[in-house]
Amino acid sequence: MSSIAIRPIHRAVGFYEAPIGKKAVMAVTGLVLFGYVVAHLLGNLQIYSSDPTQINKYAAFLHNPANAIALLMARTFLLVCVGLHITASVQLWLQNRAARPIGYFKKDDVPASYAARTMIWSGPIVGAFVTFHVLHLTVGSVLPLHEVEGGAFLSPDVHYNVITGFQNPLVAGFYILAISLLCTHLYHGIWSMFQSVGVSHPRYTPLLKKFAALCAIVIALGNISIPVACLAGWLKV
Amino acid sequence: MRIVLHISRQRNGGAKPKLVRYEVPNVNHEMSFLEMLDVLNEDLIAKGEEPVAFDHDCREGICGMCGCMVNGLAHGPRPGTTLCQLHMRTFKDGDQLYLEPWRSAAFPVVKDLVVDRSALDRLIAAGGFISVATGEAPDGNAIPVPKEAAERSMDAAACIGCGACVAQCPNASASLFMGAKLAHLGLLPQGAPERDARVEAMVAQARAEGFGSCTNIGECEAVCPKEIKLDVIALMNRDFLHAQILGRGAVSENAG
Ligand code: HEM
Ligand code: FES
Repeated sequence: MSSIAIRPIHRAVGFYEAPIGKKAVMAVTGLVLFGYVVAHLLGNLQIYSSDPTQINKYAAFLHNPANAIALLMARTFLLVCVGLHITASVQLWLQNRAARPIGYFKKDDVPASYAARTMIWSGPIVGAFVTFHVLHLTVGSVLPLHEVEGGAFLSPDVHYNVITGFQNPLVAGFYILAISLLCTHLYHGIWSMFQSVGVSHPRYTPLLKKFAALCAIVIALGNISIPVACLAGWLKV
Repeated sequence: MRIVLHISRQRNGGAKPKLVRYEVPNVNHEMSFLEMLDVLNEDLIAKGEEPVAFDHDCREGICGMCGCMVNGLAHGPRPGTTLCQLHMRTFKDGDQLYLEPWRSAAFPVVKDLVVDRSALDRLIAAGGFISVATGEAPDGNAIPVPKEAAERSMDAAACIGCGACVAQCPNASASLFMGAKLAHLGLLPQGAPERDARVEAMVAQARAEGFGSCTNIGECEAVCPKEIKLDVIALMNRDFLHAQILGRGAVSENAG
């Protein structure tokens, strides 16, 4: 075997060239995004606190200028992960379509696994929703955002912005749709990422699939409860 | 019983496939699927028409030559069964069956239901072997093999290379085939030294052949006549990551 020095960058490119490398990138970035989804849900559930300013205190903590660098780093990291996740998924999807140029007249899908087959649709719709969601509640280009004094600086009045936002049925409806699709994405994704990096076990993988399904459903119910509570008037400004 | 067939027919790989309807009025339920096609062909020849081309050899489920899609399922509706071992008692009088060849960019159609599967041979040539000096057969049990490794390797070695996994996969991926070969060879001590190089070479060759990649759906395992399980694909993924991340890197030239 020739012993040409292979630089790390060449190895990284060679790794990503291979479909299994791309899948590993999707699995790792998917795991990061999944972690973010969980953290984000835990943050959001503070809206149910008996103290209506609780969630604003949390927002003020995140927006504290002292944490600005950490916030910037976290946002950059998440954006890079989203970028890699989307790039790899689109590349794989195109390759996989090209692998069967002439389709079947009749094709049976066994097992049905709707969630697994619709990853390329649930993903982009969730992505489009996230863009809208950031414009709505972070940038403020959908509805004017309220701010409150967070001590020495202004921070968003999340309690007000979220509840008034979700009182609009269109905003709430899009949110519920997107979360439902995120649920199907994670239903497949949470176990699939293990398989992609080679973790499989005859006894534990079936349990993992059940856990993934449960996790996806709990995350979806937790998130969907918020717009439902706003529409029903249980949460008020 | 009477069976209605809709067979995808094409003169050669370049021709556009057309579904043609045939009736086989006198099917015995004890016939195998291929015998039913033989009856159809006898009839077509008697009428001076072109018989339907299909592949077959052993007709006992061990060679991997036969196979086509039957109503959208590779090797038909019976799990763990090759087309030659599928019997007509699986079907009912009057059933309408759609027969199509394996479809994949890597499997050019030769004629009707016959496809060229040499892409799978090239995957084997790329890495599906072990390099050992031949000589006298080693003594039995001279090389200890853990029981579990022997079992898993044997299960994977059941693969007959028919290509049903590729045909059924929504991505026309050969992952189940590759995983089976990698598990079969790599889990045994004789195959272990080349494990890194083997997986890298096979993965690169699969890309060059135009196979798709795995999205963990599991259609392959559902139709595999030898019931090879998806965990061989996890093993391939793990071997590949191991080779790329912990391997020496000199072989990663292959990974393009
Ligand atoms: C909150 C956002 C998201 C989370 C938590 C997430 C999570 C995941 C996870 C865990 C996987 C499994 C990875 C694997 O099988 O190895 C996955 C796969 C996938 N994701 Fe996402 N994802 C998100 C957003 C997106 C977006 C915006 C797209 C847009 C294209 C997308 C497209 C896909 C596709 C197509 C797959 C399947 C890849 C394959 O099987 O080859 N995802 N996702
Ligand atoms: S003809 Fe040999 S397996 Fe079917």
